[in-house]
Amino acid sequence: MITLKVNGHDHRVDADPDTPLLYVLRDDLALNAAKFGCGLGQCGACTVIVDGKAVLSCVTPLLLLEGKQVTTLEGLGTIEAPAPIQRAFMEEQAAQCGYCIAGMMMRAQALLQQNPKPTDEQIRSELEPHLCRCGTHMRILRAVHRAAHLMQTADASTVQRSAR
Amino acid sequence: MIGGLWQALAAGYAGSNYKKLSGRMTKGRIIGSAVVALLLGGAVAAFAIAWRPAIAAIDPPSPQSFGSDLVRRGRDLAAVGNCADCHTKRGGRDFAGGLPVPTAFGTIYSTNITPDPETGIGRWSEAAFRRAMRSGVDRDGQHLYPTFPYDHFTNVTDEDDRALYAYLMTREPVHAPARENQLSFPFDRRFVIAGWKLLFLRYGTYQPDPARSAEWNRGAYLVEGLAHCGACHTPRNALGAERASARFAGGDAENWHAYAINAQSPAPVPWDADALFAYLRGGWHPDHGVARGPMAQVVSNLSSVPESDIRAIATYMAGVFGVPPPDRKPRRDEVLARVNSTSVQASKADATGAAIYAAACATCHETGRPLPYGGVNLALSTAISSPDARNLANIVLSGVRPVEGERSPIMPGFATSMNDEQISALLNYLRARFSNQPAWAGVEKTVADARRMQTVFLQTSPEPHNAPADASQRDKP
Repeated sequence: MITLKVNGHDHRVDADPDTPLLYVLRDDLALNAAKFGCGLGQCGACTVIVDGKAVLSCVTPLLLLEGKQVTTLEGLGTIEAPAPIQRAFMEEQAAQCGYCIAGMMMRAQALLQQNPKPTDEQIRSELEPHLCRCGTHMRILRAVHRAAHLMQTADASTVQRSAR
Repeated sequence: MIGGLWQALAAGYAGSNYKKLSGRMTKGRIIGSAVVALLLGGAVAAFAIAWRPAIAAIDPPSPQSFGSDLVRRGRDLAAVGNCADCHTKRGGRDFAGGLPVPTAFGTIYSTNITPDPETGIGRWSEAAFRRAMRSGVDRDGQHLYPTFPYDHFTNVTDEDDRALYAYLMTREPVHAPARENQLSFPFDRRFVIAGWKLLFLRYGTYQPDPARSAEWNRGAYLVEGLAHCGACHTPRNALGAERASARFAGGDAENWHAYAINAQSPAPVPWDADALFAYLRGGWHPDHGVARGPMAQVVSNLSSVPESDIRAIATYMAGVFGVPPPDRKPRRDEVLARVNSTSVQASKADATGAAIYAAACATCHETGRPLPYGGVNLALSTAISSPDARNLANIVLSGVRPVEGERSPIMPGFATSMNDEQISALLNYLRARFSNQPAWAGVEKTVADARRMQTVFLQTSPEPHNAPADASQRDKP
């Protein structure tokens, strides 16, 4: 049994230490925002935040997560009270099929926590590990800028919990 | 060197000793004039060694004044010389300089070699360009630091210098003033370089060896000259010069180890001319993996130069590697078999490393999916068999970024998901399981240093690590 801290809660998980985090999130905890894309750390769809940093959950075994805080998209906001990053993606309609978007949002969130006002260049460079086959890139860029703006304005955040 | 001596003498003469001497006037005078004479003589000699005249500025030649064939040849030569890699900073314009190059003596910034008249080489004549290549002196007569590898470029023929000049003078001019170098005294004085040249610079263009084939000679000319392979792959002495006694025995390139590429090569499967050709041309080889770190840029450049030149380099370098005796030449399948028999012991020795490998690495590195898209079987990895753990630490931290517009390998970096202790455990495990070499010493420090340097490297290194030299000419698989 391993104790895993996800979205502020402790979970007892019965899994081998070399199980990828993604499998536990989806199969054991029913947190389905993070997606299985390639399983090789090459597409970014499985990205979650661990201790404030974007991490590819499909190539991150449980044994690396002892004492660390995992945040998934579910931990940022809800449909009723979306986090600024989620609101921004909705307002910019920055998704077509949407498969890559949870990962994109998580890395963008980690970036904005580090750097509240990233340049276009910095966003592009940071999101480079993420693939989007629908070609929504320009909207995603706009959404990240919008989220940066939302996070800085007083009325934006409802119950925004900072992802650790 | 000589400048430093001069300064020391001058300081002694002007200091307190002079006052004591003045009490015994006659003797003092004799000694005094002797010292003055010595100083003058020394100064004249130093001047003669260090002073170089300026070469008259010219009006920037029109790009149309250079023939297109000449420019094209210059392009290929510039690719072999890897000029753009040092003369372009991250996010900067091509050839506009500004890349910080860390050395043991401080940081040196590369300069602008676009034809901008004010800040580039727009006012340099071909003679001034050739002098810089041959003897490391700029148009004004200033000595250039040997970070610019003129100890190799001195070999380049007039013809090739002309083509390089034509290529550079037809690039887009960029206004980008040179940044001030950050060097400690006395290395911030350029006359010191004259002393360095006396000791280490051997002038002269390449003299072909008539006993060898034309291809071998062409390879030798490129490797020892323009391609300046030894600048990274040969270790340097305390004064920053390549050690003639350890040619190609492994050196440093930025924060990477440049492997030994002579008989001491740590590659598990020995290199031969065909493997070298494939690797230099395509950037990877099934028995050796993909080119990484600063070498990625080198092979990216080499993918677009005439095939005959790559063949020539491969032929010459195969001779430098030497041919291992047939009975001691492990083949790929033998190397892989050896690893399977040691895996159990290694797993017991380092359970954390083994578990990380199984979960994070094996999914790509053990699927048997062919290169360059699948990971190389790590038993074939030179990084793991190398005496220096830096490259493996760099790769695990930063991963392998795909090249834009090309089919190329990808590996995610693990800097955010593993701490130094975990990466160290992984590295120790990989070493124990996949090489037949003794454990590395000080792996944790190597990893911590690599993590620190990674941040600096990502901020300053040129973008080309991620961009093809010329997409239309690439012929990667």
